[in-house]
Amino acid sequence: MATTIESPRTPYSVPRKRGVNWEKWGWIYMRASGVLLIILIFGHLFVNLLLGEGIKGIDFGFVAGKWANPFWQVWDLLMLWLAFIHGGNGMRTIVNDYATRPLTRKILLGAILFSVVAEIVLGTVVIFAFDPCPAGSPADLLPSFCPVNQ
Amino acid sequence: MPENSAGTMTPRRPAGTLYRGREGMWSWVLHRITGVAIFFFLLVHVLDSSMVAVAPGAYNAVIDTYKNPIMGLGETALVAAIVFHAFNGIRIILIDLWSKGAKYQRVMFYVVIGLWVVAMLGFAPRHLINVFSEMGH
Repeated sequence: MATTIESPRTPYSVPRKRGVNWEKWGWIYMRASGVLLIILIFGHLFVNLLLGEGIKGIDFGFVAGKWANPFWQVWDLLMLWLAFIHGGNGMRTIVNDYATRPLTRKILLGAILFSVVAEIVLGTVVIFAFDPCPAGSPADLLPSFCPVNQ
Repeated sequence: MPENSAGTMTPRRPAGTLYRGREGMWSWVLHRITGVAIFFFLLVHVLDSSMVAVAPGAYNAVIDTYKNPIMGLGETALVAAIVFHAFNGIRIILIDLWSKGAKYQRVMFYVVIGLWVVAMLGFAPRHLINVFSEMGH
């Protein structure tokens, strides 16, 4: 029987658990979403803070006008989902690094998960379900395409 | 301190800590601090944007608070944090995926700082003029 002697520098291989390697996918996600978020957030900041009169121009009519366009709805939806999962995973990494007591860790990770899910759900509902022309609102606060302004 | 092949200065004996200082550690510290700051802003930002679903006046009232000078300085700091996190994130990706990434990690840190200065020179004056010219209203 031939005996193979491994190179001295061959790392000791720990038997891997079977199934999906979530930490690997988390690592890949942080990089892939990070690149997309640079484009999405830089575009968001440019359009909202640098074009026109910048932050002075932001009001209900501005936001309603943007979300009347499916392009900006999808843009903001992608930003919402990608950023919260990216940020939540980053916060999870930090909690895992510093929270040494199991109970503290459990509470903090639970709080992160809860806030990420709640904010994603809230943001998604608002982008698609809010009314740009609510009845009874002062016409000068509403975007120009609303019936009261026609 | 001797310089090793990775271009980092390694103390002969760790002085009671595993943290080795210099560009590698400080970029990591800044990446964490800016990331946490951006996360907490994001929590607030979705809530304030959600006021559009309550009433036009409610949204305008909350967004007007973003237009005062003190908040304007905060927004400038927020954008500074975002831009650093973005550029340093690209540096991290290059360290991981580019064969020479680890070798040039220190040079890339100064490239990140340089690009950050350029981006902030483009952003800060314009934003601060927008914010501070609102003061008389």
